[in-house]
Amino acid sequence: MLAADAIELSSGWFLENAWLVGLIPVIGFAVIIGFGKRLPMKGAEVGLASMAISLVIALGGVVQWIQRTNSADTGEEAGSLIQAFGRTLPQATEGEAKPFVTPVVTSWVWWQNSGLEFGIGSSIDGLAILLIALVAFITLLVMIFSVDYVRGDRRYTHFFAAMTLFSGGMLIMVMSENMVQLILGWEIMGLTSFMLIGHWWEEEANSRAALKAFFTVRVGDVGLLVGTAIIFFGANQWAVDNLDSNGFNIAAIQAWALSGEANTQFLLWGAVALFIACIGKSGQFPLHTWLPDAMAGPTPVSSLLHSSTMVVAGVFLVARIYPVFWEGFNIGTGGLSFIAIIGAITIVIAALLAFVQDDIKKVLAYSTVSQLGYMMLGLGTGAWLPAVFHIFTHAFFKCALFLCAGSVSHSGSHHSFDMKKDMGGLRKKMPVTFAAWCVSTLALTGVFPFAGFWSKDEIIDNVGANGYTFLMWVGLAGAALTAMYMTRATYLTFFGEPRGAAAGHGHDDAHAEEHEMEHIGVGAPEPRSLGAAANAHGDDGSDHSDGPHESGKLILIPIVILAFFAVTAGFANPTPLASRFGEGVEVLKTYVEPRATPISTGEVIASGPGESVRIVTPSVAPSAEGGEGEGGHSKSGCGFTAPETGTVCFFPGVSHAEPKFAKILLSLAIVAVGYALAIAFCVAFYGRRDERLVGLTERNRALRGGFLFLKNKYYLDALYENVIVRAIAHPIANAAYWVNQKVIDATVNEVGIGTRKTGQWVYDNIDQKVVDGAVNGSGWAASEAGHGLQSTQSGKVSQYGALLFGAAAVGAIVLVLVNVS
Amino acid sequence: MLAVNFLLLAAALFSIGVYGVIARRNAVMVLMSIELILNAVTLNLVAFALMNGAIDGQVFALFVIAIAAAEVGVGLAMVLMIYRNRKSIALDELSEMKG
Amino acid sequence: MSALILAADDINVAQNVAFGIIAAMMIFAALSVVTSKNVVHAALWLVMVLSGVAAQYILASAEFVAASQILVYIGAVMVLFLFGIMLTRAQIGKEAGLNNKGWALGIPVGLLMFGLLAWVILDAFDDQVLPDRGATPTVLLSDQFLSIYLVPFIAVSFVLLAAAIGAIVLARKD
Repeated sequence: MLAADAIELSSGWFLENAWLVGLIPVIGFAVIIGFGKRLPMKGAEVGLASMAISLVIALGGVVQWIQRTNSADTGEEAGSLIQAFGRTLPQATEGEAKPFVTPVVTSWVWWQNSGLEFGIGSSIDGLAILLIALVAFITLLVMIFSVDYVRGDRRYTHFFAAMTLFSGGMLIMVMSENMVQLILGWEIMGLTSFMLIGHWWEEEANSRAALKAFFTVRVGDVGLLVGTAIIFFGANQWAVDNLDSNGFNIAAIQAWALSGEANTQFLLWGAVALFIACIGKSGQFPLHTWLPDAMAGPTPVSSLLHSSTMVVAGVFLVARIYPVFWEGFNIGTGGLSFIAIIGAITIVIAALLAFVQDDIKKVLAYSTVSQLGYMMLGLGTGAWLPAVFHIFTHAFFKCALFLCAGSVSHSGSHHSFDMKKDMGGLRKKMPVTFAAWCVSTLALTGVFPFAGFWSKDEIIDNVGANGYTFLMWVGLAGAALTAMYMTRATYLTFFGEPRGAAAGHGHDDAHAEEHEMEHIGVGAPEPRSLGAAANAHGDDGSDHSDGPHESGKLILIPIVILAFFAVTAGFANPTPLASRFGEGVEVLKTYVEPRATPISTGEVIASGPGESVRIVTPSVAPSAEGGEGEGGHSKSGCGFTAPETGTVCFFPGVSHAEPKFAKILLSLAIVAVGYALAIAFCVAFYGRRDERLVGLTERNRALRGGFLFLKNKYYLDALYENVIVRAIAHPIANAAYWVNQKVIDATVNEVGIGTRKTGQWVYDNIDQKVVDGAVNGSGWAASEAGHGLQSTQSGKVSQYGALLFGAAAVGAIVLVLVNVS
Repeated sequence: MLAVNFLLLAAALFSIGVYGVIARRNAVMVLMSIELILNAVTLNLVAFALMNGAIDGQVFALFVIAIAAAEVGVGLAMVLMIYRNRKSIALDELSEMKG
Repeated sequence: MSALILAADDINVAQNVAFGIIAAMMIFAALSVVTSKNVVHAALWLVMVLSGVAAQYILASAEFVAASQILVYIGAVMVLFLFGIMLTRAQIGKEAGLNNKGWALGIPVGLLMFGLLAWVILDAFDDQVLPDRGATPTVLLSDQFLSIYLVPFIAVSFVLLAAAIGAIVLARKD
């Protein structure tokens, strides 16, 4: 492929019509809202159907994208489906540039203003189609889970409506081809997150949690808007000049960032602002406080939004517009970037907080925050592919973990999530859930050969290989902490003596505890009203009489499927195996990671909606695919040098670390040590109640201080709410109130008074004097005229006679005069 | 003799009758003035009959006389009635139709 | 308008003289009718006017009309008037206030009428001379009445009937 060949890239119906994937859930939402309550399954079937259709289209898109990439790599026309799977993958020899596979774009202009066109539609490339398929798949499974889990809820239909709309919003965001559509999807997600967290808004704790989530993310969203604006103003002129596009188009932004002509200030501050949005949405320090509170929502919501899909929106944003961050933070040249630091801090602090939680969902929430920190760490240090791979695997096992927690609460602990009070020893009663939980935990902690091992260790490996040794150790420490807190949670839930509801205690006890927990506000996100609890009882009335038991099929099947993927998803990109089995095993690297190859601008512009584009492979291969050999950085090519005139780059040449056996062993060893310590501690502390350990925090002041610090979440909530919000909100509120009373009300009152006085004046002067005067005057004139003429009606005959003869004489005179003269 | 003789004479009688209708207060006096007027007209008719040699004027004059008689009869009957009701036939007191 | 009135050459002087005397007398009597202070005197003056009119009819060769004038007007109408005067208790003798308040208005009206009529008459019939006819045979009148003017003749009889009945009805004492 050295010669400049023109290649026809294959496209396909699924790729060109991928916008349906975003549209169908939105339509589903409207249908559920309109007709859901009258349907036999109360709207759930519409949600399931729309997600199933979206999944089918997404999977079709995956297949066609694979074909497209193959047709680009092999230089042949699009092969058949069998060919695409059967052929060994890319024929390009090592060290040669693989051609850039342009995304399939289908968009319509929905508004234009002075030449600036705003489009809506889809732009499908590897990252987009991966996430679309992932979101559709996970949402479908969670919806199946919810059919049984949420049964009997007072707002069953709206739950499904909101969930369908959420997935529509996320899909819209993922497939967007410009920033405006991305913001649209982002905001839809924020809205539905609010709706779903506050699903049981009758309890104040839940509505406060929903508001906290919304506002905290909102603080970040300011960064999104500011960042979009900065990038627009930076990129627009370049995009118009070079690509016949505008500053909102994501591809144009990517090309602009890597063009070398971009103003570094725009890049830097745009990157900072956009990353602030990611901090908010993806729960990074310091805006992570909303995520644990968001566990107030129903478990399916936690498993879908706040673990697998919505919270990775921030990570997706960074991955999508990666060139901006790459150039803005100089990731390529090894600078310690803002993203990496935040990510590293988040890993540690969230992991520490997970130790002191009694609520199983909060443990998982902090775990999610920590794992998101891993993804950000990866992106911040140039490990793009491992971070995206971690999104992929994390979705499976974290969703499985949450669904297991839901299953436990649904059938094991009488709707309670408190591990210390209502769980324990459930492994015998709920074997399937226990098995899935264990598998997912092993995946989460990165044990070979489960999914997390391949992705998380890749991140850590690349972080180290790119030169960030300290951050690598932070990542390893985080892995150890992950193992420890997950062990604690596992032990409290599934081992030991059954406590509380897990022991099958009667309704009264459990209820009293639940309500007590509600009032304290600690732990129990179990915020149903008494009536709804009664509803729930009505549905599984038989459950409580015989204590904890395994959940029903609709709950277990999604869990099992997800656990299966937690085991196997890692093999989508098992880099350590590449040296033995060839690069072909690295599926995500081939098909998802964009190629750092320049393509000529003429070809970019020529590619229209869904059309195959003819691309020209460069005659000289810039070694953008560096790092295969030594793990070093390649210092030329996209992301490092400006592309030649007439060509544009869309993705920087990220490096890939060569996996070393020693590093793998090291991380596994650290995880094993973590497990060992944790198991020993749990057995000693929770099991045997070892005297040395029990009450340690009360006896030791330092430990107690640390414990309280963690328990109060580093006092961040107090800082945000009591100090910052109060200092800003109260004066504003007072000022607004003053304006309302003194200015607005005064104005309104004055207008009213003025109107009244004007009316009075008009009445007195104009109405009474002029109008009435005219009316009266005309009457007076008529009457006086009548009076005046009355004298002729004297009733006297002689006068009448005088008049008669006089008039006759006059008339005669007139006649005579007329006739004679 | 000149035609104008009769005609002027009739005109004079007519004018005097008009004055009488206007100026007189007593209802009977007014009726008498009306008789004057009628006679003036009748004189005119006869004079024209003489002028033109047609006898129709005299025929018409006879008609006028007859009608005048009828009119006086009825008129005086009405005056009598008024007198019975009002005890007065001063026309300036009979202004019930005053508007 | 040439020599106006009565003395002209080829005119029957006697006729003119007679006419003139009778006319003067009539005018004077008519003025007395409307200015008399005594109602009965006014009635008698009216008799004079009426008889003067009859005399003029004779001068105008309308003998039958003169005769019926005397018979009807003087004989019946004036008697009727006198009855009327008596029955309405008009004072015998002078009485004041026979003119109503606006009597002065009558003078200009009368003068205006006379002036107008005189001017028109003089303008129209400037020097026309009346022909000299002999007596009008009554048979001519009756011929007219009973042929051409038959219907009005019958109608007049109805009118008289109606008037008589009406007068009776009106003046009944009920």
